[in-house]
Amino acid sequence: MSSPLLELKKISVSFEGFLALRDLDLVLNKGDLRAVIGPNGAGKTTFLDVITGKVLPTKGDVIFKEKSLLGQKEFRIARKGIGRKFQSPRIFENLSVQENLALSVSRPKTPFSLLIDNLKVKHLDQIQHLMSIVNLQSKANIRAGALSHGQKQWLEIAMLVGQDPDLLLVDEPVAGLTDEETDLTADLLKSLAGDHTVLVIDHDMEFIRRLDCPVSVLHQGHVLKEGSMSEIQKDPLVIEVYLGQSEEEE
Amino acid sequence: MSIFSTKKSWIHLTLWVLIIALIIAAPTLLPVFRLNLLGRYLSLAIVALGVDLIWGFTGMLSLGQGIFFALGGYCAAMFLQLNSSGEFPNGIPEFFGLYGVEKLPFFWEPFKSSIFTLISIWLLPAIIAGLLGYLVFRNRIKGVYFSILTQAALLVFFNFFNGQQKLINGTNGLKTDVTQLFGQMVGSEIMQRWFFWISAVLVILAWFFAKWIVRDRFGNILIGIRDDEARVRFTGYNPVIFKTIIFSIAGGLAGISGALYTVQSGIVSPQFMTVPFSIEMVVWVAVGGRGTLLGAILGAVFINYAKSLVSEALPASWMFIQGGLFILVVTALPEGVLGWIRKGGLKKLLFLIGINKKLETYPSLEINEQGEVKS
Repeated sequence: MSSPLLELKKISVSFEGFLALRDLDLVLNKGDLRAVIGPNGAGKTTFLDVITGKVLPTKGDVIFKEKSLLGQKEFRIARKGIGRKFQSPRIFENLSVQENLALSVSRPKTPFSLLIDNLKVKHLDQIQHLMSIVNLQSKANIRAGALSHGQKQWLEIAMLVGQDPDLLLVDEPVAGLTDEETDLTADLLKSLAGDHTVLVIDHDMEFIRRLDCPVSVLHQGHVLKEGSMSEIQKDPLVIEVYLGQSEEEE
Repeated sequence: MSIFSTKKSWIHLTLWVLIIALIIAAPTLLPVFRLNLLGRYLSLAIVALGVDLIWGFTGMLSLGQGIFFALGGYCAAMFLQLNSSGEFPNGIPEFFGLYGVEKLPFFWEPFKSSIFTLISIWLLPAIIAGLLGYLVFRNRIKGVYFSILTQAALLVFFNFFNGQQKLINGTNGLKTDVTQLFGQMVGSEIMQRWFFWISAVLVILAWFFAKWIVRDRFGNILIGIRDDEARVRFTGYNPVIFKTIIFSIAGGLAGISGALYTVQSGIVSPQFMTVPFSIEMVVWVAVGGRGTLLGAILGAVFINYAKSLVSEALPASWMFIQGGLFILVVTALPEGVLGWIRKGGLKKLLFLIGINKKLETYPSLEINEQGEVKS
């Protein structure tokens, strides 16, 4: 096996003394599908912020394709091949579905090219293909803001894929979705893995189980345990900090 | 935003036929005084187009467009002053004598050239806007902070220009109406007629230019920056560059606007950089319709024309009417008059008062549905 696609080395993030992440190590290989779970405040979103350049870690290093990402601007990290889906769907609500995807598939992403060039046939085909993946062909010219919540989530995932990233970071893709939509999203993410490396953050256990992939449990900014879902569920430490807690609540 | 439906293009066609007919008919229909006013207001429409690009599309509310407007005006006025100062002592503009200046300040020199002037009218404001914009955008200053910063910059420029008697005649400004161009007095009837035509043509060219900019993905990125800048960044675009470019373009448009306004009003002075004037520019766009371009033009022309008519009939009441108009539009028609019409507001109104009874087929149903959802 060649070197890993993404490697986080002893990442620590401190917000005015509060340690959001503490010596976090994580390795993702090409084509992996990985789920990250953890109770609220475990640092799940901060950890994505570090990878995408929104937050600079206090300590440690992020290696992507054998190069450090530290100190790089967000849009440059995105161009290197990291796509991020936010917790609540973030799409361009005043643009149509097609226009949203056009912005995502455009290359190069320079002002001059956007102003002068027409969208290439290759990219037009790609837009059609993306819309068919997420079942939005019939909504091509509809304002994205008028889509349902689930459709917005999918449009955002389609926009990520349109960027042709090596690594997809997906933050809570099924929050607020119906069971049926959740299942479809799980299948979609599974089908994306292989061609892409996918990292999913969520705390919907059913959804994570359905993804059927290695899971990392995050607790107080640290990876508590890595393993398959069934291993995780048997681990006494995990049960104590996370699963036990949620079972009690139920 | 990119492709017009047939209904929209029909409205556009009607409006444009009307506007072109008015422009052709204006010189014969209007007395010179009115024609000159209309020409001025047409030139103001160009700065309004710039405001619409940066505010309506990109979401950056600049309260400092007066800077770039005045710079364009000063460029034009400096050229005209030099062009007609041959008979004055030392061959330099007359006002310098008042302050005992005998040698032309260095930065006036290039304005002896007409070509340099024609380029600097738009390029100088565009460069200054670009530099200012880059510094501001790079540091991720946006929203209210951006507005305050632009207004502060406006005040800095205003005070600086006010104080520079020896360089640019300070608070008195530079007169253009008694200067010469092509052997004619700039303030003369024939010249003013020409400036009217030039303004009318340039408004239309500026409109096509702005429309071309926003027609496709570049315009969509601007809208994207307005709605969710972080998403733009994570999609792999650098918003700083896009914002700098569009702010610079708006600065260039303001410069052209200021030059045309100066030659038609006969003077450029630091009064162009007062705070209320720059805010008025925003009001024209808000009333006409943000993000519509055409609304910016119509807003600038109609509000200013109304201003001159009202001021003649009821002096001192205009400020109340303008303020009232702004409040009315912001509360009742948040998308401006043209935005409201485009959303089917006119049809709804006709329906309400019983003129338009017949409900139309699909497009009208869709609008009604949207209207219901919205309200």
